[in-house]
Amino acid sequence: MDLAPNQIIRTVQLGRTTTALRSRAIWECVSCQTCSTRCPKEVDCAAVMDALREISLAEGMVATSEQPVVAFQQAFLDNIRRNGRLAELELIAQFKTAVFFHTGRPAFLLKDAGLAPEMGKRKKLHLLPGKVRDRKLVERIFAKCAKGPKK
Amino acid sequence: MREGAEKMSASVKIGYYPGCALHGSSNDYEQSLRACLGLLDVQLQEINDWICCGATAAHALNHKLSLALPARNLALAERDGHKQLFAPCPMCSMQLLKVQKAVAAGNGLRTELSQIVEADLRGDGEILNLIQVFQTIGLDKLKAAVKEPLKSINAACYYGCLLTRPPEIVHFDDFEQPKSMEAILAALGAKTVEWNYKTECCGAGMTMSSEDTVLDLAHKILSNAAVHGANCVVVACPMCHVNLDMKQVAVEQCYHEKMGMVIYYLSDLVGLALGLSAEQLGVNRHFVTKA
Repeated sequence: MDLAPNQIIRTVQLGRTTTALRSRAIWECVSCQTCSTRCPKEVDCAAVMDALREISLAEGMVATSEQPVVAFQQAFLDNIRRNGRLAELELIAQFKTAVFFHTGRPAFLLKDAGLAPEMGKRKKLHLLPGKVRDRKLVERIFAKCAKGPKK
Repeated sequence: MREGAEKMSASVKIGYYPGCALHGSSNDYEQSLRACLGLLDVQLQEINDWICCGATAAHALNHKLSLALPARNLALAERDGHKQLFAPCPMCSMQLLKVQKAVAAGNGLRTELSQIVEADLRGDGEILNLIQVFQTIGLDKLKAAVKEPLKSINAACYYGCLLTRPPEIVHFDDFEQPKSMEAILAALGAKTVEWNYKTECCGAGMTMSSEDTVLDLAHKILSNAAVHGANCVVVACPMCHVNLDMKQVAVEQCYHEKMGMVIYYLSDLVGLALGLSAEQLGVNRHFVTKA
């Protein structure tokens, strides 16, 4: 992490919001909630991280090295918007394609490919995952939660 | 009175929100808990047409969506008349509890979310994790049902992040030194170890997008369990299982160490103690097996 959770909070307090929004730390954070739980001043650092991520994405300030994390989360949301539930294989394909277009590294496409037969053997792969019946409703929920255009 | 209670427990029905993982690559977890809870006469009633809770992606990118998606599931469970809702994934159950807490604050959010999810949301049901389901059944009953005491097990109970955090949302166990899984294992005749990584994070949903983070964290957790003498790690979370079991080979390759640590779901060990086989529980479908 380029900034520890307490440094993120201090950066925001000092008004250096851009530094926080462009940091790698906000995307490297795994949302384990330890910082919020242990903060002696009861600052909800994890919630601040969430807010910073949302703003960083809206303002186009995501650190270059962290694009894969963002690509994964965007692919995840797009996947459930369309299916209602996560379709894992489709998510992997979406994510890999997005990162490939971003980095141009073909090796990334094949990374973890060896896991597929191992998962297949264990009946952990679903070519036709269950979908939600009322998918139109899921689309409407997403539409109602979509944020207005930002300048 | 006791007999009456026992009779009632013969037909305990609870609402069930599996979440995406249990219908995906963590289907061994669902097999395990269905086999185990079936034997304990707990009927799982899956909520009709449930949707994904949004997990990390939603709370990281869109706050309102991260409340709306679980709110839909809560409203569906309420509509189906479930007073108790079991969510075996701690991410799902924490998200459900977070929405209940948010609407209880009474700032018009309940109305707004009901409108967004097109169903009335009360937010008053009881949300249970896997450990709480066993507590509800009762450790005495569990102990009485044990057929094969787990004498050879010396487990590191791993809670990860979201079973106990954030404490003001989940209100479960001691958030620094939880003991609830240890109590269940004691009832099964198993031993447990004291160790340092009970509530450390495994990297959860970063498995694909930031693999190095996950390998580093998983390596620390597995090593610490081994150093303290554990012969297995017990989890109650699908993502913890993925990162410690499925990714264990990658950890071994990355750190040039042989780990060979078996990772059980809590329901696996309860099931084994009740006399179920590894095949019935899906333990044979894990990546790291005893063989």
